[in-house]
This record gives sequence, C-alpha cells and structure tokens, in this order.
Amino acid sequence: MTALLDIAELAKRFEVGHKRLLHAVDEVSFTIGRGETVGLVGESGCGKSTLVRLINRLLDPTSGSIRLAGTELADMRARAFAGNPNRARIQMVFQDAGDSLNPRYTAADAIADPIRRLKKMSGAALKSRIEALADMTGLPRELLTRFPHQLSGGQKARVGIARAIAVEPELLILDEPTAALDVSVQVVILKLLQQLKHELGMSYLFVSHDLNVVRLLCDRVLVMYLGKIVEAGPAAELFADPKHPYTRALISAIPQADPDKRVGRLRLSGEPRSPIDPDPTVCRFYGRCPKGEPRCSAEMPVLRTVGPARQAACHFA
Amino acid sequence: MTAVPALAVEDLSVEFRTRSGIVKVLDHVGFSVDKGETVALVGESGSGKSVTAFAVMGILDPAGKVTSGRALFGGTDLLALSERDLAEQRGRELSMIFQNPRTALNPIRKVGQQIADVLVRHGGATRPDAPRAAVEMLKRVRIPDPERRAEAYPFELSGGMCQRIMIAIALACRPALLIADEPTTGLDVTTQAVIMDLIGELAHESGMATIFITHDLALAAEYCDRIVVMHAGHVVEAAPARELFAHPRHPYSAKLLAATPGETASLAELASIPGGLPDLRRPDLPACRYSGRCERRIDDCARPLPHRVLDERHVVSCWNPL
Repeated sequence: MTALLDIAELAKRFEVGHKRLLHAVDEVSFTIGRGETVGLVGESGCGKSTLVRLINRLLDPTSGSIRLAGTELADMRARAFAGNPNRARIQMVFQDAGDSLNPRYTAADAIADPIRRLKKMSGAALKSRIEALADMTGLPRELLTRFPHQLSGGQKARVGIARAIAVEPELLILDEPTAALDVSVQVVILKLLQQLKHELGMSYLFVSHDLNVVRLLCDRVLVMYLGKIVEAGPAAELFADPKHPYTRALISAIPQADPDKRVGRLRLSGEPRSPIDPDPTVCRFYGRCPKGEPRCSAEMPVLRTVGPARQAACHFA
Repeated sequence: MTAVPALAVEDLSVEFRTRSGIVKVLDHVGFSVDKGETVALVGESGSGKSVTAFAVMGILDPAGKVTSGRALFGGTDLLALSERDLAEQRGRELSMIFQNPRTALNPIRKVGQQIADVLVRHGGATRPDAPRAAVEMLKRVRIPDPERRAEAYPFELSGGMCQRIMIAIALACRPALLIADEPTTGLDVTTQAVIMDLIGELAHESGMATIFITHDLALAAEYCDRIVVMHAGHVVEAAPARELFAHPRHPYSAKLLAATPGETASLAELASIPGGLPDLRRPDLPACRYSGRCERRIDDCARPLPHRVLDERHVVSCWNPL
C-alpha cells in the first residue's frame, strides 16, 4: 500500500495568555495508505479534532508536514485552501448531520454547493450529478427538495455523506458519523460507508469514541492521548492485545454484556494532566497510569516499534 | 418477589397535542422497579423512554397529558399528587439526572452552592452547615480536591466532572428513586465507565431504586438488573438483563440486539431493523405498533396486545414470540 497521506511531526500549539502554550497536537507522525481505513480514538480534549482540522486544512499547523500523495499541504494557508484544487481531495463528514447542514438549503442545495464551487458544474450536468449521488447514498430522489428539518436522522446522514463524496475526494474524514443515530440506522450507514469506500476507492480517517464501531470498520487504529499518539497498530491485534496502558483502559471501558468477560478490567482514576506547557520529561499518562514508575516521570516515552506493524509509547510495552 | 416495588408504573398513557393532531406517545405502559434494583428502559428514539420518566417525575411538557394510569411510589400515586406535594417529593425522594450536565446545571452559580441549595431546600440542612455538607457530597462522588472544586463554575469543569456534580445534586438527599436519563451520552468511554460504576455503587450502598434510560443495550446489560424494552410507546418485553441478551423473546428485542455492534460480529453480521416507527398520530394505529416492521406477523397480531408472563421476571407483549 502506497501512502496517500503522510503526516510528519505535525504540531499545533495555541497561545493561551501570557506566553503559555497549549500543546493540542504534539509532533504527530503517521500515514494512511490508499484504500485504507484508519481509526482515530481518544478522549475528548486529546487533540483528535485539532488533528482532523489540521489535516483538513481548516487550521494552520505550528510546524510539521502534511503530504497528500506527495503534495505538501502544510505550507498553504487555511484561508486560501478553500479555493485550492486540493480542497476537493480531502473532504469531511461531520459529527451531527443535523447541525452541519445549512437549515435553509434543501438536500439538493447542500450536495450541489461543493460541486458548484470546486468542479464548476452547473445546469443539467449538475442536476444529474446530484441525482447520481442521491442514488449512490440511498437517498430517495424525491427527498432532494426537502430541508433538513423535514428529513430523519438517517436521511440527513446520507445527505452529509453525499455532499462529502460529491467532489470525488481521495481522503474522507469521518468525525463520529453515526454518534447521533439509533443502532438500527447506524448499521445501515456503516454498511453504506463500507460499500462507498470500495466503489470509489477512497481512504478513510475515522474518528470515533465508539470502539465497537472502530473495530468493525477500521484496518488500523491510532490511539491519541493529550496530543500524542500513544499506540498504533492493526485493529484486530490492537483490540486483542493492547500494549499501552491507556489503550487497555479504553478497551476495558467498552460496556460488556457478558459478566464473565468483565474480569481484570482497568479503570482510570483522576483527570488527564494539563496540556498547557506540559513537562517534556514526563509521560503524558503519568498520574493516571496504573504503572507510573519513577522512570515515567523522568523520561518521556517515545512511540517505538513493539512488534510487526505495532507501535506504542510506553517504557513497559 | 413479594416485596412491594419501590415504583410501580401501571397502565400509563400519555398524549401530546400538536398542530397536526394528537400523538399517542405512550400507550398503557407498565413496569416496576424494586428497592435496590436498577432497571433499564431501552429503545430507539421516539420509543417513549424519556416521556415515561418525565411523566413519573411530573415534568412533562405542557403539551403532554397523562390520559390514564398510575405511578405508585411507596403507596402514593405520583400522578395524582398536586404540583406542590410533588415538588416536595422531587429532590428528596425522587431524583433525576439529565442527559447533558452542562445545560442542566446553573451556569452562573458555583457548583458547591448548587449542591448546598438542594440540601437546604430538601435535606433539612441549615445555610451555615450546607457548604460543608456539599463538600462531603463532592467527596462521595469522588471529585478530587473537593474544597477547591466546590468554588468552581460549571464551565471550569470537564463534562465528566459536571456529570458527577449532577449526581451529587441528585443523590444529596438520599432519594429512594433515581431516574438517570442517558447520563453518559457525550462522555468518553473511560469517563462513562467511571460514572456508571459510581451510580451503581451509590445505589447499592443506599438501597436506591434506579431507572436508567439508554439506547445502548450493551451498557444496559452491564449495569442493570433488568431491561424493559420499549417500542413506539409500548413496553414490548421486560426481562432480567442476562436473560434478555441470551434469549430475547420479542422480535423487536432480537432485532435490536442484532443491530448492536458487539465483540465478534463483523459488519456483515450486523442487521438493521427494517421500516420505521409508525406515525403515532394515526387514528387507526394497529394494536401492535411493531407489526408493520415485523417478520413474524400472524393474523392474531391484529388482536389487542397480549401480556404474556413467561415467568414472573420475564414478560413479553407478542402473539408470536421467538
């Protein structure tokens, strides 16, 4: 698999008052292959959303590189990126389709908007493209004239997906695309996403905190904690045998219907450390980690190879 | 089980008046919760889970009207109480945790004061004593550094921390019944686990009856003794959590389970539930509101819904159960 997206030492630091810096994304490196689905998991505040907005070029990085099929995107200003031809290559499906659709746009308007702007299509060609997208995403054509409030949650999700794939992106970023949906609808949307990926040959970056969904959809998983990637690996292996204690805690927190499988679970106590001016010599997980040995507060563990295709940032992995 | 349940909801029907007609949101809903027991109400959006809770708490939207039924709580029918008497019960005997802690808390009042308010209003605490009692409550919900946190405003705290404040407020007067409406939606899985453990422990300590509203079946199975499955305003099945998971009898319960991503299932194995909820404004609603989506429908399904008691803990409303 050749890398479609190559992120290297990407960082975003926000200034918060008097020369204090919030390290939202801290020197993160990873790749996404063509046709690959990579899951990104971690608690709120861990930097997932900032990372996504950097890749999506809605936010300018402090340093580092974002290469899409060899093209460096990190140098382009986020402000100017909306009109850049590369804009069409990375698209996003937002968390709550209800909140991310313009309430005064019909479904057809919402889908047409990016095509008009980025593909300069209009008239009959535009209309037939919109209809084709509705068919692809399973949105009945007669619903195209409806406004968001006249659509169900599942239908709005379809509009959000149709809009995102309208300009034929190579990378689709999905931010909790099914969090607002009932399980019965969630299944349908997940299957639709799986099918579209195969048909259109896209790569997915799938952000979610529903680990059961991540497990179903993703080839590889990145675990983020306080701005750092603390573990990366193939989904099945990572879930079966997590190397980083934080990943263990995440997996332990998945609700478990079978009481026999609840033994030996790890519960986290306390709150995460502050992301403002973090001590570069202390492991970010120190204080919440059940291990927490002296070395952890004297030397920050780096993300290192701990097995074939597996990486973890822990001295004890 | 001969013990008197902490709460028995019987025959509860609720209608909402809307511009486009009367919506029959709840139709003869019945279930009970024993002392010290945690019961989950599960179902898709629109199934009537929250409306059931709101009706019991007497906080229905003014457009909603209870048209039949009782909610027996220690011998008194909550639905028959005056607003004034009910207000006395709420906060002391009955408590509720809402879905979004940040919007449910008062944004311009320190969290310690908000807990103290409840203790003064319902818990018989005096104003001078209340702050110390509030800090004690913060300790009980395991908030680190409680003295300092009591002085914080909600916006200064994380979502998980705010939910703990809500729990502290809800449990301040040691209620006999707690209703938790999706208390962990929007929280991280790790925080969710801690919050659910906490509610469970506190319920266990004080023998509190808990109604837990969720659409997450796995979460319900892990933390609840019994599960009540709702669909379009009907209770379709009620059973001990393990039994429901192992042997669902109502076709809808089985479909819900089959749609829930679990440990082994691949995406291909997950099945969606065909169709949607019926329009609850229709005057000719079928007796079984699931029959339009059901693959096991038979002629009997047009008859009034049965209430089949499989054993004293397992009840199903279906003419052709699995």
